[in-house]
Amino acid sequence: MEVDVRAGLEKLAERLGGQGAKVTEAGRLSGGASMETWAFAIEAPTGLERLILRRRSAPFDEETARSVSLATEAALIQATAANGARVPTVRHVCDAADGLGEAYVMVRADGETLGKKIVSDPRFDAVRPQLARQCGESLVAIHRTVPPPGLKLKAVDGVAELDRYEEVYRATGAERPILELAFQYLRKHVPAPVEPTLLHGDFRNGNIMFDAEKGVVAVLDWELAHIGDPAEDMGWICTNSWRFGRPDRAVGGFGDYADLLAGYADAGGRAIELSRVRFWQMLGSLRWGVMCLTMYLSWRDGITKSVERPMIGRRVSETEADLVVLLEEGL
Amino acid sequence: MITHPRTEELVESVRLWIDEIRPTLDPRNAFLARVAANALATVAREITEGPAAEAAAVAGMAGVLGHEGGYAELNAELCARIRSGELTAETPGLLAALTTMARDQIAIDQPSYRPEGTAPPAHP
Repeated sequence: MEVDVRAGLEKLAERLGGQGAKVTEAGRLSGGASMETWAFAIEAPTGLERLILRRRSAPFDEETARSVSLATEAALIQATAANGARVPTVRHVCDAADGLGEAYVMVRADGETLGKKIVSDPRFDAVRPQLARQCGESLVAIHRTVPPPGLKLKAVDGVAELDRYEEVYRATGAERPILELAFQYLRKHVPAPVEPTLLHGDFRNGNIMFDAEKGVVAVLDWELAHIGDPAEDMGWICTNSWRFGRPDRAVGGFGDYADLLAGYADAGGRAIELSRVRFWQMLGSLRWGVMCLTMYLSWRDGITKSVERPMIGRRVSETEADLVVLLEEGL
Repeated sequence: MITHPRTEELVESVRLWIDEIRPTLDPRNAFLARVAANALATVAREITEGPAAEAAAVAGMAGVLGHEGGYAELNAELCARIRSGELTAETPGLLAALTTMARDQIAIDQPSYRPEGTAPPAHP
């Protein structure tokens, strides 16, 4: 059933702002095939509120999906916020009465999320040297958070992740010697198990809102949250696919490993060896390569028609160009 | 093949036309048109640079595997022997051959991508 989001927002305005509250602006920002993001504002007797609606527009099965439900996302954002994490402020989790399906509302924050701008816009020149350290600090508050009881979070470790992506890779039928070698190498270098923690799961430049003066404003996009090795979140932000043309700056294209690790340790995080971060970074390149292959397959198999998909298939070679260097350097 | 025009020139002419009409399109189609133009640029590079890249890959793989063969056959065998653990990152010549293959392929697929280990731009 098609949901009339604008009508839903009008109804929501009264629920959040009281009788007489009106929607003054509403527009869809972005989103993929299954997720929508709307920016809207409500004018209430108590004042103007600028908000974000995040809603799912396609059926979802939490048992089989890789991502968590939006209610789980909201609960994790609230739990990490209570623990001091820099995250959005959840204003409302939608229920059946709202008629918006699976959705929640956040307070709109101001800042930049485009990775390329963080990496190269002169506006960020002054704050950029502090960002890797701030990212390390931000992760401590997330990793220390005990997830609220009852949430369905998947647990992942290095071996499970390699198994998962090797299975996906085999199913594509592609034969790529560099990906093969990366699988074999990483299997031989799986780090010793550590006590698992809550992970953001998609902690990279592009999913973090930054302010040109203050640095990290909020860690966004929690749909891949899970339980696992804290170094996984660090390795993902160091994966070159998210450095936006500055491979010389390992952390997100803006900072160095040492600052990320120092920020983490100084904020009270458990000591993490660089080789552990590099394991997850290399696995990050491999994972992104396999994901690019599957995006091409969705076109080949007629699931999606966009010209974008086969072209993403030609980005596998980006991850291969990264992987051969990582294989040469070692962890 | 005939030369007036060459295949890559045909492809290039379509790419230039897409770039020309892009400003008249709505944002979604303008984005897809840019992707389409990039796809044609990749096709043009594959036509001009692909044969040399493939010859280098065949030579590199044959060197590692110790016998001659076609691209698909050598590539499949290389994958199988890496998967079995017979060839590893320590195998002499393997990483060097794979590095050449990766560099040649990225030059066709995404020449503006800056892989791991690339020095910072001269004028960032």
